[in-house]
Amino acid sequence: MPTYVLTSKCKGCMECVRICPSDIMHIDPGQGRAYNIEPSMCWECFACVKACPEAAIEVRGYADFAPLHHRVVPTRTPERIEWKITMRDGSLKEFAYPIRTTPWGSIRPPQESPAPEGSALGSELLSFEPDYLAVEALPTLPRPASGGT
Amino acid sequence: MEDGRPSQPKVVDCDILIVGGGFAGCGAAFEARYWGRDLKIVVAEKAAIERSGAVAQGLSAINCYMGMRWDENKPEDFVRYVRNDLMGLSREDLVYDVARHVDSTVHMFEEWGLPIFTDPQTGRYVREGRWQIMIHGESYKPLIAEATRKAASEVHERVMVTHLLPDARDPHRVAGAVGINVRTGAFTVFRAKAVIVSAAGASHIYRPRSAGEGSGRTWYPPWATGSAYALLIQMGAEMTQMENRLVVTRFKDGYGPVGAWFLLLKAVATNAAGENFEVNRLPELRERVGKYADAKPMPTCLRNHIMLQEIQEGHGPILLHTERVLDTPEKVSIGWEDFLNMTIGQAVTWASQGIEPTKTPSELILSEPYVMGSHAVCAGAWTSGPADVAPDGYQWTYNRMTTIQGLFGAGDTVGGSAHKFSSGSYTEGRLAGKAAVAYLRDHPDAPTVPEGLLDSLQQNLFAPMERYESRRGLVTAGTVNPEILYPDQGLHRLEKIMDEYGGGVGSNYTTNAHLLERGLAHLALLRKDLEDVAARDLHQLQRAWELQHRLWTAEAVLRHTLFRQETRWPGYYYRSDFPKVDDEKWHCFVNSVYDPGTGQWKLFTRPYHALF
Repeated sequence: MPTYVLTSKCKGCMECVRICPSDIMHIDPGQGRAYNIEPSMCWECFACVKACPEAAIEVRGYADFAPLHHRVVPTRTPERIEWKITMRDGSLKEFAYPIRTTPWGSIRPPQESPAPEGSALGSELLSFEPDYLAVEALPTLPRPASGGT
Repeated sequence: MEDGRPSQPKVVDCDILIVGGGFAGCGAAFEARYWGRDLKIVVAEKAAIERSGAVAQGLSAINCYMGMRWDENKPEDFVRYVRNDLMGLSREDLVYDVARHVDSTVHMFEEWGLPIFTDPQTGRYVREGRWQIMIHGESYKPLIAEATRKAASEVHERVMVTHLLPDARDPHRVAGAVGINVRTGAFTVFRAKAVIVSAAGASHIYRPRSAGEGSGRTWYPPWATGSAYALLIQMGAEMTQMENRLVVTRFKDGYGPVGAWFLLLKAVATNAAGENFEVNRLPELRERVGKYADAKPMPTCLRNHIMLQEIQEGHGPILLHTERVLDTPEKVSIGWEDFLNMTIGQAVTWASQGIEPTKTPSELILSEPYVMGSHAVCAGAWTSGPADVAPDGYQWTYNRMTTIQGLFGAGDTVGGSAHKFSSGSYTEGRLAGKAAVAYLRDHPDAPTVPEGLLDSLQQNLFAPMERYESRRGLVTAGTVNPEILYPDQGLHRLEKIMDEYGGGVGSNYTTNAHLLERGLAHLALLRKDLEDVAARDLHQLQRAWELQHRLWTAEAVLRHTLFRQETRWPGYYYRSDFPKVDDEKWHCFVNSVYDPGTGQWKLFTRPYHALF
């Protein structure tokens, strides 16, 4: 279901160009607006649709198996994503789901925690273990004597 | 240069270079920073890390979580499960290692803000299946990317890494990597003391079922181009299980996932006549695979096999009966969310075809094959295991280091380490990140890039654009030019070769020695033609190098498939000349090493050792 860009809404801000994982949203030099340069490499991931500040990008299902006359439109806020799905008979479905339980930007980087002891580098423990495992100790096993089969 | 590309290379010096900013790469950056506060840690990513890698679209479940704190599973239980699912062939030390650490990763994600379904009565995560938990995962990747941006010294985006660099004195030691910035056109050189390859497995190795613009609708994303393998193979790293390609059962066309439907919502699949077809096929299966037919749960490839038999005998379509299980509004919402969080195209398919899942069943199908190392398969590099548990022969150096000094792997890159999924890939990145820091403490000296190599690589990398300029004028217009192969044309040829000779959907996943030999001959012709690949712009130049990476991956797949004279994973592929599982001869790993000096491949076996 490749993306398409509405002429009336796109302002050429490049957000879709910045985010597209497939590098297929480009600016058309003639009109200064975005378009999908390679629909056969579009994964329908909606990354550009969600990122567009003008709601200028939508998706039309792949022509080889998706009949026309449908819409799937997300609206993403910092807390949730809302979906409006228009079925081919015109009926509308609406869903909303949370996307994050904490404020964006609130993750504490690893370098802000106390530096580990030098000797810990030789242990099997990863950062914040065993605390974050929520069990007493990291599990281990006796090494097979000469390799079982 | 005339077209505005910078003529001087952009040189980035760093301690640790992480190639690929997907889940494994993000885990590597986080962990390397925790242990290496003073180090310069650089991530190279060909897209933008908020929406890159296999989780770009989001996920609706975490498929690898033990729940050790609630005594739900022990890491050994997971090893037994993976052992069965892979038909007896996984690196159990690596699998165990991911399993014993993965809970700490998931708990960290929850603290960061990932919404995980929790049972209000018990306070535990809601289980989709024994190993899976449900999440509201639309923003799973942006969340993880936030931590990466804070942990890494620099994130270089829109850089397609094409080659690793060997050390001038020791070609079996890594000295960095080079690539193309597809926005600025800069030839980008990373000089690094250690490199962690956390790049992607591969879609579009085999011809997809969908056609035209629908060929974007692959199960693994179109931007998964096999860099996980091509980068390492060209350096001469030892590879394993490259024949272990993946075929997944999915909703037809939209490729929506089936896990939540089978495991959480308890939907059943039948043939067109409404019959449960699994039971009737057990006798044939026992004849073919022996004891593995009765493994519980049934291995992924064998479930594929049974469905494939049913379809081939004309009993399709296979139907998943969603209409029988969506009996509450909550379940309807969960069913749609499962798609909207990770395979939105399936929701579009339902909307466009007018499928009301509460009323009608949906068709299931088997996908085209994929080459990757983090789902129910484990292609990738042969790496050292954890020192405390790895059997003899599986541990010779730092954890997750390949056979190339200073070169580590994580995620799709690491072979034998199946069923990692998102959480396990991040965990494996953490393991590699810590190990790379330990390596740097012991090897603080910087390697040297061979003189002259950078000049020739720069010329080589941009040659397709020079070629386009010098040859385009031969024809009036259009894409047909007898002196040029365009990347999409080469990709279609690769897919056709692999489909018809390497066991794709067009040949019912079946191949044999003769077909494989023919396939290899065609790949050699394609490799020759890539000397004439041309690119009119930087985007097409990226596609040209992606095609090179896919070709290396495809060649490894065919060579490994040819070497293993049995059908170890029916339902993934069949050797018609060796149609059964042969434990006596082939309960071992098939490994390979490509020699970049001579251009020769060497294939051999490595023994399988049980962890317990």
